Amino acid sequence: MAKFSLMVNGRVQSVDSRDPAQPLLYVLRNALGLTGAKYGCGLGQCGACTVLVDGEAVRSCQFPVSAAAGRKITTVEGLGTPDKPHPVQEAFIAEQAAQCGYCVNGMVMTSAALLQKNPKPTPDQAKEALAANLCRCGTHQRIVRAVMRAAGRA
Amino acid sequence: MGAAIVHAANPRLSRRALLKSGGALVIGFGLVNPALAQVLAGAERLIGKPLDPGELDGFFAVHADGSVTLFSGKVDLGQGLRVAYKQIVAEELGIAPDRVFLVEGDTALTPDQGPTAGSTGVMRGGVQIRRAAATAREALIRIASEQLGLPAEELETANGEVRSKTGGKGIGFGALIGDRRFAMKVDAKAKLKDPDSYTVVGKPLPRPDVPAKVTGTHPFVHDFKLPGMLHGRSIRPPSVGAKLVSVDEGSIKHIPGARVVRVDDFLGVVAEDEWDAVSAAGALKATWSQSAPLVGNMGVRDWMLAGPFESDQKIVNKGDAAAALGAAGEKLEATYYWPIQTHGSMGPSCAVADVRDGAATVWSASQATHKFRNVYAKMLDLAPDKVRVIYLDGSGCYGMNGHDDAGADAILLARAAGRPVRVQWSRADEHGWDPKGPPQMLKMQAALTPEGKIAAWRAEMWIPKATAGLPNVPLLAALEAGIAQTPGIATGLISQNGDPPYAADNVEVLVHWLKDSPLRPSNIRAPGKIANSWAVESFVDELALKAGKDPLEFRLAGLSNPRGIEVLKRTAALIGWKPRTAPNRSGRGQGIAYVHYKHNETLVAIGMDVEVDRRTGAVRVHRIACAHDCGQVINSDALKLQIEGNILQTLSRTLFEEVAFDKSRVTSLDWASYPILTFPDAPEILIDVIDRPKEPPLGAGEAATTPVPGALANAILDAVGARLRAVPFSRERIKEALERGAA
Repeated sequence: MAKFSLMVNGRVQSVDSRDPAQPLLYVLRNALGLTGAKYGCGLGQCGACTVLVDGEAVRSCQFPVSAAAGRKITTVEGLGTPDKPHPVQEAFIAEQAAQCGYCVNGMVMTSAALLQKNPKPTPDQAKEALAANLCRCGTHQRIVRAVMRAAGRA
Repeated sequence: MGAAIVHAANPRLSRRALLKSGGALVIGFGLVNPALAQVLAGAERLIGKPLDPGELDGFFAVHADGSVTLFSGKVDLGQGLRVAYKQIVAEELGIAPDRVFLVEGDTALTPDQGPTAGSTGVMRGGVQIRRAAATAREALIRIASEQLGLPAEELETANGEVRSKTGGKGIGFGALIGDRRFAMKVDAKAKLKDPDSYTVVGKPLPRPDVPAKVTGTHPFVHDFKLPGMLHGRSIRPPSVGAKLVSVDEGSIKHIPGARVVRVDDFLGVVAEDEWDAVSAAGALKATWSQSAPLVGNMGVRDWMLAGPFESDQKIVNKGDAAAALGAAGEKLEATYYWPIQTHGSMGPSCAVADVRDGAATVWSASQATHKFRNVYAKMLDLAPDKVRVIYLDGSGCYGMNGHDDAGADAILLARAAGRPVRVQWSRADEHGWDPKGPPQMLKMQAALTPEGKIAAWRAEMWIPKATAGLPNVPLLAALEAGIAQTPGIATGLISQNGDPPYAADNVEVLVHWLKDSPLRPSNIRAPGKIANSWAVESFVDELALKAGKDPLEFRLAGLSNPRGIEVLKRTAALIGWKPRTAPNRSGRGQGIAYVHYKHNETLVAIGMDVEVDRRTGAVRVHRIACAHDCGQVINSDALKLQIEGNILQTLSRTLFEEVAFDKSRVTSLDWASYPILTFPDAPEILIDVIDRPKEPPLGAGEAATTPVPGALANAILDAVGARLRAVPFSRERIKEALERGAA
């Protein structure tokens, strides 16, 4: 059993994994109890598992735990809480930008990464940034509005 | 054992419960949300309460602190029922919405209100709950009247108190009946509040679950854990109907603790660790028989015409359509095909089960926990009262996706393991094995009067009755394990809305019910009615143009329902309708469509503004307008979100979606081979909600789906003159239609 030292949401965590190729998603959800990131496809196609690794939006279902060691990982729980939401989460709440909410982790994390790079995106730029994040409930319009709100463009 | 989930925590209830239970709790979300774990036990304390929907205590418990728990048989599947119910109860009872808590879909705690399906959550479930809340209000006033020595008619409820209408100090609900039962029937004659006095119903209150959803702390069934829980994976055969010949258990020996579970042709693995279970499922070597029982998606249309058929059924027969068509000089005819589609849930189905000591508990995202309690009991050969099914939020399902199958997988694995087991399907499992929206074919024939009105309309439908040999959707694990099943839920009322809502003297709708379906079918959002409405609204458009009339004018002239006329006119105004009597063929066009859902429910019209690239066949939808009348509105913002979702999901189904399968198996097993709508394709949506506070509330979870493909097809026709009669409206189909010069 190999040990991996991860920096998750500002805390150093030591986790065991028999398989160094185990995707970070499973480590976060099971060993660390951080279930905000969701399994959607395991193929990097839908974005439900998105976390930030050194500030970049990354598909944790495709990211081996061994590659995550020593990197700075932020999950949706580390972004903010219901009582103290991150500005992106606050904007999603204000726009009521969730139906079932299964994909919304990826929407929030991808939007947060976008706004780090481009604090004032246009609606088309937001749509482009979210083009590989799938939503089945049809919340797209609300999500784009939430990104605009978080960018101060609402 | 088991743990109920109280949505939106009630800390006072839970602290008290924690003390009473001596801290021995079933911790379901302990790692995620310790506060919630405490709350679980709060509802546990109420086990044994009445469950009869005819009993007031079936629906409500008033706690000592004056807060109220609503026990709801219907559940929030992401459609916003949670906030709607809080508002209905708060309004009718006279209490703040945040003092109302919900327990949903727990067979040990909630009354059976039927499945959360068919857009009935508010229309039936909400109305039932409203009546119970009105009964509770009258009961609270009666008790207070005795304590205060004042006549009941001088009292009212507000802010969780009963007080004199003229003012003064009131008595809190908790003091009146806290922690005691009402012990009375729901009164069908209980007086409902006058909508003119409403202060909560109709308001756009925020949904209580959104903050937790966007911060990753909302309790999905996928996130649920039990002490000692194993992770399981079911392994489906490589071909539909294949038999399991042999299993090489040695092939997973290298994965510590992983073990095989086999019950006849049902195959699965369990392991302590989830990734080990996933790895074992991938590594396990099994030999299966050859099987090729399917027709393939390219063969569905021929199969539908060939049968075998269960029966023919004339569901509408007004005047004499056949005679009128025969007498007509000229008639129009067109055939429309809607393919098999998947629910396409973002999260593959998941369930947790614990089967021990002659009892079972299943945590499931089911739309129908009460029905599947019986199914699971039969599978386990247990009495239904030994089985408890507890609803937990899943990924949006829009019908019966794989979640009830995942529950069946979990109970077989848990029974074998003697420990709780969590099963989550893979993406390929969900795309490959969720029961599918069945295919539909419609042949429309019509003739016009000399004045250009509909003289005769005849619709023939080819639709699967259900699944062969069973009136309802069978579960895979039971089929594979050779276990008899009781009925679960059916494919829905898929033959509705096949006749036009417009005036016609001679109308016939004939259904050819097919005995089987090419893939296991189930209910998928607005079952059947999307395809039927698409065919009707496309064909009406064809008739209007044939009559040389503007499609909007043609529809309005045939409508007598003033509410229908209003949604059409408002939608036309919203989209900026440009009257026409022939396709404008400029590359950009408008289309409109209308539905009176199930002929007696919600009224919706949709208008579209689209652009079609003749060279590539690509469709760009710029704007979609929708006027929507579902009677009394409970929450205007949650309603708009439902309308947006209905529209975008159906736009996706219409533009992109068809399940691909060969003679043996589904081959579209991921999002690359089964693409859905993405952000760059999402148009601007304009919504006009018509609130009719004095009318009964109707459903909003399905109706707005139905005019989407009709409006889109009609707009494409206007843009480029191509009439699309098969879904999806792919680039290839549009180019083909352009080459044919259709319409």
